[in-house]
Amino acid sequence: MTDSTTGQPDKAVLIDMYSKMSLIKQNDEHARKLLMSGRLPMIYYSPRGQEVIPSAVSVNLNQDDYICTIYRGTHDMLAKGVPLDALWAELAGRATGTCKGKGGPMHITHPESGCMITTGIVGSSMPIANGLALASQVKGDGKVTVAYFGDAASNIGAFHEALNMASVWKLPVVFVCQNNRFGEHTRFEKATAVGKVSDRAASYSMPGIHVDGNDPLAMHAAAKEAIDRARNGGGPTLIEAMTFRFYGHVFGDADGYMDKAEKEAAMAADPVPRYRQWLIDQGHASEADLGAIDAGHEVNIKSAIDKALDAPWPDVSELYKDVFINDLAAV
Amino acid sequence: MSKQITTLQAINEAMHHAMAADPTVMLFGEDVADPEEGGVNGASKGLSTKFGDLRVRSTPISEQAIIGAAIGAAMAGMRPVAEIMLMNFMTVAMDMITNHAAKLRFMSGGQTAVPLTIRCTTGAGFGTAGQHSDFLEAWFAHTAGLKVVTGASPAEVSGLLNSCIFDDDPCIFIENLPAYWQKGDAPTDPGARIPLGVARIARPGDDVTVITYGPQVAVAQAAAETMAAEGVGVQVIDLRTIVPWDRETVLNAVAKTGRAVVTHEAVKAFGVGAEISSVIHEELFSDLKAAVQRVGAPSCAVPYSNPLEKAFVPDADKVLAAIRKTLN
Ligand SMILES: Cc1ncc(C[n+]2csc(CCOP(=O)(O)OP(=O)(O)O)c2C)c(N)n1
Repeated sequence: MTDSTTGQPDKAVLIDMYSKMSLIKQNDEHARKLLMSGRLPMIYYSPRGQEVIPSAVSVNLNQDDYICTIYRGTHDMLAKGVPLDALWAELAGRATGTCKGKGGPMHITHPESGCMITTGIVGSSMPIANGLALASQVKGDGKVTVAYFGDAASNIGAFHEALNMASVWKLPVVFVCQNNRFGEHTRFEKATAVGKVSDRAASYSMPGIHVDGNDPLAMHAAAKEAIDRARNGGGPTLIEAMTFRFYGHVFGDADGYMDKAEKEAAMAADPVPRYRQWLIDQGHASEADLGAIDAGHEVNIKSAIDKALDAPWPDVSELYKDVFINDLAAV
Repeated sequence: MSKQITTLQAINEAMHHAMAADPTVMLFGEDVADPEEGGVNGASKGLSTKFGDLRVRSTPISEQAIIGAAIGAAMAGMRPVAEIMLMNFMTVAMDMITNHAAKLRFMSGGQTAVPLTIRCTTGAGFGTAGQHSDFLEAWFAHTAGLKVVTGASPAEVSGLLNSCIFDDDPCIFIENLPAYWQKGDAPTDPGARIPLGVARIARPGDDVTVITYGPQVAVAQAAAETMAAEGVGVQVIDLRTIVPWDRETVLNAVAKTGRAVVTHEAVKAFGVGAEISSVIHEELFSDLKAAVQRVGAPSCAVPYSNPLEKAFVPDADKVLAAIRKTLN
């Protein structure tokens, strides 16, 4: 998988990473277009600009490894393999969605691909990731759990409690902080007492890795190191992956609080086309190869959206189902 | 016609007035200062610019620390307003709210007080699903020591918020997200206070009394309108304050009509409606012409899918059905 002298992943992995990034980018473009046209009103937190992180993480994971993600999570889900059809049907609130339309964009769950929870509560992915990892430790099933969260989530109690417990118990978990420099409208520096989230790992006696999350090779190396450690019984790692969100906090955010030049510079350094060009320049793939990957995703995304918008709505009786294992009586 | 303002403007103007009137009033919460656009909905726009960074602060995402700091500051003589962006995020600070803010006066034998207002907003209708639109007022109402308040129009919100800020006890002030952009009459004075514990007859009527608060006031009024066309007079009472609730106004009203419905957007089971209905039965059993009916959401998380969300939120039809049940 990885060249032992250069540490560079082999060609198939490089292309797989690109394929995931391309899927995430195009999926996001379709989501924003649909929202703009009014065809699908939904609450949507664009992950555009953060494609590299889960792509580089996921090529190091098995299908049955777990992830816990957050409201800004379509990139994490798609990279892990949540199928487009079920994802889009959930975004559209249909009965055929991952969660029968009950959870929606902030709560996509798809255990088959290892996406165990999507939470809308800042910080809550981490304690639950510990529990999944604990089960793996007890069962000895060799699985690794990845908890995704944002930089601002490192200021909530749940982060600190979860990291301490994971370290004390040597859990097979990797904490991946996607530092996009903002928590809603508040800049990272204004709300965070350390310059680097990764420095907080020291308080919990675990390795902390600070990495350019928009650099696929560096991100791949960081993820591989942490995932290998977790799988081999070496305990948790905190990765802080530096990135930037291109489209504000939530769809409709006017970005008034952002520095325009900073945002423009980040968008000009768009990691997806940059990596695409690098693959071609290095001879890992041809324009035609990558074009075929992009086109394939385009077809699949469009088809998923069309199917989702045609799919049946859930029946009102669903309000009384899945609250408990047995259905409730309608009152 | 008097000046029309949105609920957001009403909140904003009331806070401006309170901070100008009393230098101990402070505000903190996520994104509330002007560099962060004065709150994600702009409720606190202008406050940090006008009153300074010392009194108006954007906080880290740390609800427990926000409420803890607000409690401490309140005990030391300040009148903090702590904004918790959405009511569901209060859950992260429940220890601070229910074990501390609510109980410190009692547990200290009256030596300390927590004159704190926690502003939060919530409400279904935007497809934000299970962790962003719950009404949790029953939790707080069930904890002795917290006042629980909510307004049904811009002027009501303004007057009640002012009273909370200057009240000497901890107040949970519940705002309704979908109502933020709705307009209504401006208060006569942004500093005007509506006393806590006093309900309002939102609509007179002689046959059935509907008791409600917050966003359901408008729903009850719509139902009353329909019943009026059928010749049935429905009285609507807006509680305004859930704790302490105005028993006198409610019991006097129901003693006359002999029929009552309680409705709220929160889950019906174990909700505020159960308490009010019980008290009516206890106090007015022989005056009642029918059993008190309750309307509320089913016992599930707020669902995402649009038709499910619509079915989840009690609408005028559900209130009508309950009214009709009291008439049969
Ligand atoms: C406990 C809690 N408090 C507040 C919020 C509202 N909120 C949602 S996202 C967010 C910012 C989170 O920023 P960060 O963790 O950096 O992740 P990002 O959104 O930038 O990906 C806030 C304050 C929430 N969902 N949960």
